[in-house]
Amino acid sequence: MIEVHNVQKSFDGNQVLKGITCTFETGKCNLLLGGSGTGKSVLLQCIVGLMKPDLGSITFDGTMFTNNKVNIRQEIRRKIGMLFQGSALFDSMTVYENVEFPLKMLTPEMSREERRDRVEFCLKRVGLENAGVKMPSEISGGMKKRVGIARAIAPNCTYLFCDEPNSGLDPLTSIKIDELIHEITHEYGITTVVVTHDMNSVVEIGDHIIFLYKGLKLWDGNKDEILNAQVPELKEFIFSSSLVRAAKKVDDETEGGLAAATTDEAINI
Amino acid sequence: MVKSFGEFLLFIQSMLTRKERAAVLWQRTLDECVIIGINSIFIVAIVSAFIGAVTCVQIAYNLTNPLIPKSTIGYMVREMTILELAPTITSIVLAGKVGSSIAGGLGTMRITEQVSALEVMGINSASYLVLPRILASMLMFPLLVILAMALSIIGGYLAGSLTGALSAQEYIEGIRTDFIPYNIVFALIKSVVFAFLVSAISSFKGFYTHGGALEVGAASTTAVNNSIIAILVADFALAAILL
Repeated sequence: MIEVHNVQKSFDGNQVLKGITCTFETGKCNLLLGGSGTGKSVLLQCIVGLMKPDLGSITFDGTMFTNNKVNIRQEIRRKIGMLFQGSALFDSMTVYENVEFPLKMLTPEMSREERRDRVEFCLKRVGLENAGVKMPSEISGGMKKRVGIARAIAPNCTYLFCDEPNSGLDPLTSIKIDELIHEITHEYGITTVVVTHDMNSVVEIGDHIIFLYKGLKLWDGNKDEILNAQVPELKEFIFSSSLVRAAKKVDDETEGGLAAATTDEAINI
Repeated sequence: MVKSFGEFLLFIQSMLTRKERAAVLWQRTLDECVIIGINSIFIVAIVSAFIGAVTCVQIAYNLTNPLIPKSTIGYMVREMTILELAPTITSIVLAGKVGSSIAGGLGTMRITEQVSALEVMGINSASYLVLPRILASMLMFPLLVILAMALSIIGGYLAGSLTGALSAQEYIEGIRTDFIPYNIVFALIKSVVFAFLVSAISSFKGFYTHGGALEVGAASTTAVNNSIIAILVADFALAAILL
């Protein structure tokens, strides 16, 4: 479990995070939802340690991360896997070497054979068992995201962070990436935090959703509760999507909850 | 200016704290030696051979007094090459080739979040990415300068012989006259200092690039400019201190 308490962050006098307090639950896909410029990515970067919050604290399973000793922060960081918006694959390495990299760096005690087995397992898990020899420049955007996920899970991460995993992907590939993140989260019981503004992701994988608006947490709940949330800013955000409006219509007619409104049904409306 | 210098010192400090394992550092340094050293041999060879040749021809053109022996041309080529041209011009050429490559490479890694990926994994990105580049530069620059010295002297020999400015015997006699071994040591000290300046300044500029492709280009240009200025200032300072 990751606990964020009163995190604040400003840039040149502009307060981007205005005291966020929230909890990311273990074994669930926790979504940070919000429009552009609401502070989602800044909060994510504060949590993983790429930025230092001006105020507030972040704990990982009870261990303080902010303002703690470097070696303790390092220990926590080594349990973190992260999928970046642009995948951030090392372009001088092959797909295989990218996935092997954290194992080589973080677990020197592993033998070459053990590393090979783990890399092959991870690549197979994301459906890329035959792509190991390719360079990042030779694979598609969706494949890069998969390699990013394989690299993140290779060292048996406890916390998985995904920064807009669907950006730049077609809807079908987006759904596949969402499903993969959801499956991995439940399969390994890890704490996953996904930054998104994509309502499809909310419907697909939103076990726990936190809505940010202008640097504040306005709402949190799950995907079944979100359509009935009585927060005007959230309603405006989610119903700006025609797909969600259609899904809501199905929801009202079938009384089956949002989960019953599949993409196909929504499209048929 | 003072703030930038302070940031530069903090950058060097961050690189030296929490260093990666020695085996990783060694492997990365060897990889960088190939990129920085081996891949620069061609350009260094061409530049230094022609500099030696041109120096010889121009000294011969200016040396019109019949009382001065022609072997002086060889002597002057050797002195100019060893003391100044080989270490300084080679380092300036490498500032352009290696410096822009380091700044551009690190800048691209920064804007494509590859540096952030290393940080999230708990790897000290400055130590992993920058320290091997600096060590490799400090190993390879002196070797390239030795190569440049040899090729400049050979270039002068060929130019002098082919143009008839002086005979081969006179040239060889000149380059053997009043040889001071310390000059070689001085040149190598200069090359190590220049290597540190070029690689550290270029890494600093590339590592803290923000924005997009335009900023990566700007960082490369700034890295080369600053490196060349630093080389010239250090050249004067070392000459004043060590000679």
